Formats: sequence, C-alpha cells, structure tokens
Amino acid sequence: MLTLLGIAVVVVGFVARINPLLVVVAAALVTGLAAGMGPLEVVALFGKAFKENRYVSLLWLVLPAIGLLERYGLQERAKALIGGLQAATTGRILLLYFAIRQITSALGLTSLGGHPQMVRPLVAPMAEAAAETHGLTDDDTRQKVRAMSAATDNIGLFFGEDIFIAIGSILLMVGFLQQNGIVVEPLHLSVWAIPTAIVAFIVHGTRLVLFDRKLKSGAAR
Amino acid sequence: MIGLEVLYAIAGALFAAIALLSGLDRSNSRRWQNAAFWGLFSACFLFGSHLPDMANGALAIGLVIIGGMGGWRRGEPVTSTIAQRQASAATHRNRLFLCALIIPAVALAGTMLFRHLTFGGLHPVDPKQATLVSLVLGIILSLAVAMPMLRARPTEPLQEGRRLFDQVGWALLLPQMLAALGAVFAAAGVGEAVGALTTAWLPEGSRLAAVVTYTLGMALFTMIMGNAFAAFPVMTAGVGLPLIVLKFGGDPAIMCAIGMLSGFCGTLMTPMAANFNLVPAALLELKDKNGVIKAQVPTALILLFANTVLMYVLVFHRF
Repeated sequence: MLTLLGIAVVVVGFVARINPLLVVVAAALVTGLAAGMGPLEVVALFGKAFKENRYVSLLWLVLPAIGLLERYGLQERAKALIGGLQAATTGRILLLYFAIRQITSALGLTSLGGHPQMVRPLVAPMAEAAAETHGLTDDDTRQKVRAMSAATDNIGLFFGEDIFIAIGSILLMVGFLQQNGIVVEPLHLSVWAIPTAIVAFIVHGTRLVLFDRKLKSGAAR
Repeated sequence: MIGLEVLYAIAGALFAAIALLSGLDRSNSRRWQNAAFWGLFSACFLFGSHLPDMANGALAIGLVIIGGMGGWRRGEPVTSTIAQRQASAATHRNRLFLCALIIPAVALAGTMLFRHLTFGGLHPVDPKQATLVSLVLGIILSLAVAMPMLRARPTEPLQEGRRLFDQVGWALLLPQMLAALGAVFAAAGVGEAVGALTTAWLPEGSRLAAVVTYTLGMALFTMIMGNAFAAFPVMTAGVGLPLIVLKFGGDPAIMCAIGMLSGFCGTLMTPMAANFNLVPAALLELKDKNGVIKAQVPTALILLFANTVLMYVLVFHRF
C-alpha cells in the first residue's frame, strides 16, 4: 500500500500548483523508494523509461513548420476567410469542426486533427474571428473561445476513435480479454463505442450551439 | 530501415540548433539556461539510445531542474508584425492552408503506404513506426514547399520554432515525463495496489453497484494515472470481469467498450493527461493552465453519467 504514496504526491503537487515537472520526478522517487528500490535504482529506472518514451515528444517537430507559416500570415488568412461572414458564429464553426473530427477519427484518420497542427493555426483563429465579427472582442471571450476549441478537438477525437477497429485502445481490449480466456472480435468492441459516440455528439454539440449565447451574455456583463 | 533512431537524430539536430540560437540570443537575460535546457533535450535524442540508464536519468533530472525551478526565461525571437502578416496572408491566400495541410495529408497517406511497402521482402520504413515517420516526412515536405514559395531564409523555421518551443516551455516535456512516471508506477506495482484497494471496497449485491463502481473507478483511476490505457487492465481485472461478467453474466465486449470510454471521460478532467489538457493551454496562450479542462468538465460528467446508464441498460442483455 506504501506504493500509493506517489499518487498522493501527484495529487498534493497539482492542488498546491507546484511545477508539474518537479511533481512528476518527486512522485517517481517516492514511489520507487516506497517499493523498496534504492535512490539510484529509481533514477536509472526513470531514465530508462524517459529514454524509451522519447517518441512521445516527436510531435513537437511540427512547430517549426507551423511557426514559419504563422510568420507569413496563416492565422490571419484563417481569420480573413471567416471574418465578415454573418452566418459563421463561433459555435457553428466549432460544431462543424467537431463533426469532422469525430467522423474522421471513427474512420481511423486521427492524425487529421491535433492541437499544434490544426487547433492553434486554424481552428482557434477561425473561431475567434467569428466571435469578433459578432462584436465579441474582449480578452475574456478570446480565452473562452480558445479553451473550447481545444476541448472540442479532444472530445471529437476521444469519442470517435474507438469506433475504428484498428485503434490502440481496441487492440488493448482484445489482447486483455484474450489473456483472460475471452475471445472477442475487434468489430464487436468498436460497435459498442457507437452509442456513447452518438450521446457525445448530442451533448457536446448542444453545448457548442449554446456557446454563442453564453459568450454574448458573458460579454454583456 | 527508417525507424525511430532516424527520427531521434532529426529531433536531436533540431533541438541542438534551438539551443545554439538560444545561446546567441542577447535579448534574453537567461539565455545560457535556455541553451542548457534545449541542449540537454537534444542530448537525450542524439545519445539517449547509447547512454546507460543512469545517465539518461541524470539528463531527465537536469531538464527538470532547469525547466521546473524557473531558471529559464522565454526567448522572444523577432517575428513579423501583424501588418506584415496580414499583407502576406493577402498575397499568399489559400496556398498557406495548402502548406499546412500537406502535413496531415502526408502523415495519413504515408501511414497507409509504409505499413505495406516492401522491397525484396524488406521494409524501407519500420511498419510499426509508419505514423511517426510519415508525420516527420510531412513536416519536411511542407517546409520544402513553403520555404521557396515564401522566400524564407533558412534560419526562419528555426527561429519561429524557437518562438513556439519557448512559449510552450516546460509543458513540452510533460507528456514524456508522465509516460516515464507511468513506467515507474508499473514497476512498483501501483496498479495492483489500487486494484486491491478497489476490490477490498467492492460493493456486494446489486448489478447497479457493480456497474457504477466500474465506470466511476475507470474515470477516477484514469484521472490519477493520466491515461485510460493504464487504468483499464487494473479496473477490468479487479472489478469488471469478476463482478459484471462472472457474477452477473454481463457481456464482456460491451463492458470493455463502454468502460474504456468512461476512462476517456476521466482523461478530459485531469492535468495528468498533459498532452491533451495542459499542452494545448500553453500552445493557445491561455492564462488559466486548467482552462481546457474547465471547458471539458461539463461534457465529461454528462458523458460519464450516460456511459453508466448505457452500460447498465446494455451489458446484461444478450444481443
């Protein structure tokens, strides 16, 4: 049970708003020591895992390309395309992106979206431009629109991708059940992701439709 | 065969260049700390595979000390003004989108192609890493198209990259650090301990209690671990299989599918899922680091409730 101390470190660290990097390393040390490892052993274990997970950080290679296009007006072009269109509201733009993101994820095309490639350079500027067209230019609105743009990308991805039969989580479930002597077809698992996907579309879609009204009343206050 | 090592060499070279440019940036009073930070990160990529575990651990801790203790300052390389950007946007128009969309398009096409591409029985690209290789290829192709079109100087992508890397700052390391913490948790048996704890509290009796324990447990444990994949085997072996499937005769496929999605509701509500929640907050320059989580919580809670209802209604039927 002592090994759970690391989890306590994580919770306390995040609540106390200590820098997450420090929290993570402290939690790793506490967990390793509680499990009876020596301090150097924990450092080596952490180092090995840090090295083996370098692929997680490869996504960052996209930033120089995105940064270059931003220097030459990518965000401004995204704004110009949307700005002035009365029909384009923040909620409607995000709803359209949400539908595209969820459907493409369900078809296995998860790499079509993402925060560095899509949300920062394209989706968030378009959503902001729509808010500006409707007279919402304050910073508070901008912050809310950006946060909702990122949230919409995540929710579309999470509740779409499990409908695709070859995604990591489906393969994990098939493998896990197999180890426990239960044979299940991937298709059988992915079919049962559909009810939640429909509910997710209705729930978050409704929130996006209501988001325009919320922005307007927030700006009026 | 092109695999992870080639990509790590590219990343190592890029971050070495970022370190160099950071060191040359006289406008930043803490330029040496920035240079050290990106230099250490570059060393992880360039030499990590050949260093002993202890040295990799020391590199990681060095990064945490510089990045986590406020030793560095965000560099601000000179970029274009808003007026210049608007003028450039008016000149290049939708070709800018084209350059941006090359990246996902190549990533997709490459993923499908490289999995099956063989020459004389050999894979030119490691099929397991097809997605990452294709992504990096897409980035390189996008730069190859954009730079002549925009008449950009060779240092521009590096300086613009540095601008964004410094803006994201320490959050950039967090996904990799959390993955390493997950490995330490696994080695120390944290999952089993949580599983034992949950089993000890397991409610006896009703189907509803079993379903609620499983869906809420998936969400909570995912919030702690930052990852539904880590929570799934523990919760399913500890609660799902013995109670819902064995005791009450529920359908394992329906249970697993909806159980995983309950875990995803947890992912939406935790700073531990840094790459989905904290990193976008940094990328979008949000003042509130938890702003993305706050935007997600209403959807996540409603969906967690919906998942619990769906599982209760569906899992005990035989379809």
